[in-house]
Amino acid sequence: MEAINWHSVFFYLFAALACGAAAAVVLCGNIVRMAFALVAALGAVAGLFFLAGADFLGALQLLVYVGGTMVLLVFGVMLTSHSPLFALRSGAGHWIAAVVIGACLLTVLLRAALAANAWASPPPPQQLPPRLQPTTSQIGLALLGVRTDKLDRPDPVLQKGMCGYLLPFEIASVHLLVVLIGAMFLARTKRRMAATGSGSNSSQSIPRQLEIGNANRPHDAQNPTCTPPGE
Amino acid sequence: MADHLANWFHPSLDWLAYTIAGAAGAALLLVVALMVAAVSMWLERKISARIQDRLGPTRVGGRYGWLQPLADGLKVLGKEDIIPAQADKLLFRAAPYLAYAAAFCTYMVLPFSGRWVALPLDSAVFMFLAVASLEVPAIILAGYASGSKYSLFGAMREAAQVVSYEIPLALCVVIPVMLAGTLSLSEIAEQQRGWLTSWLVFRNPFVCGAFFVFGICALAHTNRAPFDLPEAESELVAGFMTEYSGFRWVVFFMAEYAAMFAICGLGAILFLGGWNGPIPLTDLLGLRYDAGPLAGWLGDALGAINFIFKCFLGITCMIWMRWTLPRLRIDQVMSLCLKYCIPLATLMLAGCMLWQYAMPGGVVHTVGNAGHSHSPVAECTQHRPHAQRRLSNPLSGPGAPENSSLRQQPRLLLEATSVLLRGN
Repeated sequence: MEAINWHSVFFYLFAALACGAAAAVVLCGNIVRMAFALVAALGAVAGLFFLAGADFLGALQLLVYVGGTMVLLVFGVMLTSHSPLFALRSGAGHWIAAVVIGACLLTVLLRAALAANAWASPPPPQQLPPRLQPTTSQIGLALLGVRTDKLDRPDPVLQKGMCGYLLPFEIASVHLLVVLIGAMFLARTKRRMAATGSGSNSSQSIPRQLEIGNANRPHDAQNPTCTPPGE
Repeated sequence: MADHLANWFHPSLDWLAYTIAGAAGAALLLVVALMVAAVSMWLERKISARIQDRLGPTRVGGRYGWLQPLADGLKVLGKEDIIPAQADKLLFRAAPYLAYAAAFCTYMVLPFSGRWVALPLDSAVFMFLAVASLEVPAIILAGYASGSKYSLFGAMREAAQVVSYEIPLALCVVIPVMLAGTLSLSEIAEQQRGWLTSWLVFRNPFVCGAFFVFGICALAHTNRAPFDLPEAESELVAGFMTEYSGFRWVVFFMAEYAAMFAICGLGAILFLGGWNGPIPLTDLLGLRYDAGPLAGWLGDALGAINFIFKCFLGITCMIWMRWTLPRLRIDQVMSLCLKYCIPLATLMLAGCMLWQYAMPGGVVHTVGNAGHSHSPVAECTQHRPHAQRRLSNPLSGPGAPENSSLRQQPRLLLEATSVLLRGN
């Protein structure tokens, strides 16, 4: 019996899953199935990260994309779609634009991928892949400005990144905070206008009911026995 | 384990050794997860009955109804399998298994004892939180695919609740990580080796407070009462599980119990010493790997029993709370998270940081050395001149013998900051 290289097996498995799920995102009509296929594609990419030994990056992919972004996306989909199991139709113009942009991106990515040296001379297949190397402490130290992978370089020009990434990190987090506060402000003004404009006729739609938490707070304070709508 | 097995086989059969090792590990973990679910179900029924002044299961399997979960399982398997006409059938079928997979995959990085861990990852804590958060998409899927209002409501509540409570939960988890200086769960537990006092929860008052907040967030994260809004039967029939029946319904339940055990395990490792008991029995008996493989194995087995006991203690507390406290309203749940848990967790984090900065060696050490220490950071580096060397070669990080001693690891971050601040 031929020896099985599990690394290759799982690589092909995850790669096929990622490609297949990505194709399903494009081809599915149902928007929730699309979101689900996107979860599968992003999860398969996380699997590829694990296979490459980048455990921290894989966990990050799971946390940020598969967990966080998907929840946001599904929330958005559910709050904007008009009927359950809502199907999306795209016109010919969308298709053409998507194909052009996708082809351009694919060309760039293929050029970058094929330019790598490892592609020209793949390692011998019977050689077992390296074990999972811990990368977390290196990433943490690099954030603080100690690039452990570049310590041996005598040339200071090559020691790029020794200044650390704390400042960009802080700038990005302050950026996000500003965006969050802005979003909150916009949402609250809109709701206040809606509350003064139209009364209870919109309270039967799903988005209104989901705002039970804040929308009915003053009401609840006056009359603690009242039940929130939708229950 | 794979390497041991590989030694037994011919080199050309290495792949078979790895296959067997992987399959055996996965099967063992699955058995653990299923047994945990069964025992927790029995515990839940028994404890709830006692709290309500009933007897609970008494018929199947002896006087205490040990085999009740088995009987329940058989009964549930015989139920009709219903898929509503309005449902998206593929997603409806897939959702319970996804939820269970998310709960089960956290066991992958959860160490049960010193060497009893499926995947000794360096970033285990992070991986645990990442995988645990994957339950949300599965439950949203269940709620949406059911094509029912109640299911959708339950799913949205669940999503809002779990996503909100992840923030204070992660903040609480950061505190032991900061004290231990590592993200590896095994390493964090190993640093708490010794008597009760070496547990991180007794390190300083802020960690104790963080453990309290962690407990609340763990309850909310696993949707246990008083935070079981997503399946509030008085309002939403059964929340996202309304349309499920038979086997798929029970898979959701097993996912819930598996997640409960996992989060209790995380709490036990981060705050309660993991497998290092109140009394260091394995050390007193000399059951370590230095004394031979059998002694080490026995020590690990004792440690695993200790760890599982702590997890079940946590589960018992969760059950106790469920049958004692009334359910909160959704706005109360949200305001508890945003107005109390997050500020408290942040306060604990900041307080713990300051405490650690003022007394890096603990209260006794700092007070004892108060006469001849100028500044904490200077003291820190003075006491260990090799700090600089270690920083210049951090590749010898966790796992290297010089770092594995008890008190050294927590200060690595402090030193790194101090060295950087001096512009080195």
